[in-house]
Amino acid sequence: MPENASPSKAGSPLDSLKAVFALPNNHPNKIIAVAVALCLVCSLIVSAAAVGLRPLQERNESLALKREILKVAGLYEPGLDIEQAFKRLDVRLVELDTGEYVSGVDATAFDMRKAAADPAQSLALGNDDDLARIRTRANTMPVYLLRDGEELKSLILPVYGYGLWSTMYALLALEPDGRTVADISFYDQRETAGLGGEVANPRWQAGWSGKQLVDAQGVPVFRVAKGSVDPATPAAGSQVDGLSGATLTSNGVTNLVRFWMGDLGYGPYLQRVRDGRGG
Amino acid sequence: MSSQFKELVVDPIVDKNPITLQILGICSALAVTTQLAPAIIMSIALTVVLIGSNVIISLIRNHMPGSIRIIIQMTIIASLVIVVDQVLKAFAYELSKQLSVFVGLIITNCIVLGRAEAFATQNPPWPSFLDAVGHGAGYSAILIVVAAIRELFGSGQLLGYEILPLVKNGGWYEPNGLMLLAPGAFFIIGLMIWGIRSWRPKQKEAADFRISDGQPERH
Repeated sequence: MPENASPSKAGSPLDSLKAVFALPNNHPNKIIAVAVALCLVCSLIVSAAAVGLRPLQERNESLALKREILKVAGLYEPGLDIEQAFKRLDVRLVELDTGEYVSGVDATAFDMRKAAADPAQSLALGNDDDLARIRTRANTMPVYLLRDGEELKSLILPVYGYGLWSTMYALLALEPDGRTVADISFYDQRETAGLGGEVANPRWQAGWSGKQLVDAQGVPVFRVAKGSVDPATPAAGSQVDGLSGATLTSNGVTNLVRFWMGDLGYGPYLQRVRDGRGG
Repeated sequence: MSSQFKELVVDPIVDKNPITLQILGICSALAVTTQLAPAIIMSIALTVVLIGSNVIISLIRNHMPGSIRIIIQMTIIASLVIVVDQVLKAFAYELSKQLSVFVGLIITNCIVLGRAEAFATQNPPWPSFLDAVGHGAGYSAILIVVAAIRELFGSGQLLGYEILPLVKNGGWYEPNGLMLLAPGAFFIIGLMIWGIRSWRPKQKEAADFRISDGQPERH
């Protein structure tokens, strides 16, 4: 029906639209018109939902992160007012190369993922340096300090690195000596559920407590063992049990801890803490 | 409500249940039923998507070109699922993390596409709405029953409240670990199908083949 196929004869654009929709369903123009209209409407709805709900979702994410931080700090209990409890922590930004605190900035608003993606605020890592396989490292990173009066009780470092499939984000709580693990939480990872995904298992994470991450010289010695840790070996104090069936994830965990404990990570900062100049 | 409309809502709950009779949506029925709370959220999410897709598709059914109708249905379902996922992330963040990919997988849930294609493309909005309510309720009923059994016997709790005091907390109940694994749900759903088909014998399917009595066949 060629006369129906040329809706441009009609007066206003609305009329021509009506004419297209009056076409039989199997007419090519109608098929394209329906497809375009549907896509427009659906994309409008989806983007409206995504944009409109974004602030609420960001608030949820930031609350969830704060709760994880409180958990590794040992401050969390169910029903706690998270925002209120979080005020007990001192949030500081550390200049990683020097290990000194950055003053005059609001560290709570710092977004490490954004900073690492911004060339002006990050360091591109060469292949040899990039142990955690993160490609770029932000120049500054937040640390969360728990104090009891003046005395430092615990310092919490956000760390991350690549496992088998995904970047694993963790919070590492250290004792005030700057070398012993108090607690760890892998709070965001997409490793294979049941194998590498076991990094999120609290029972496995409980095995980290008390492990020495660095030796007397401050060199990272931590490793995820193959199989269970043999308590007879001298290195047992810096090893945690391996995850069975997840060698690559386990290696990723070893590497990310070694990277962040090393010279390119929190090494200089932790050295200052150990010397009593940080905290 | 006329009896025909009532049938649309009531039938899918037992007599034409999407899970136990049509054996659809098994993947999510296994995956999200270790605890009651995510199962309830998943049920609500699926019902909302199902109602939305059935009504919208029914409304535009006269303008749907046959050659692209499946794509149209998928687009509508996918958009609804994304919206539901975003809403969950905004208002039920913890549960949405537990459900992880399974909300997204509603897109591929056979129940939703099946009802769109089999019912909504051929019926006006009101019956399509009722059909969606019925099938959503049928899916939810199975999910909630399975999840209640699994959470109760697998971890001694319902909705996180302790019902059977566990041995490790000083009680008497030793939790059944099988209930927390996917095979546990398989057993429960299998037993439910058996139970329902014994109760409603007309749901029994004719055997596809006769099991041989072991004697070699003579030709």
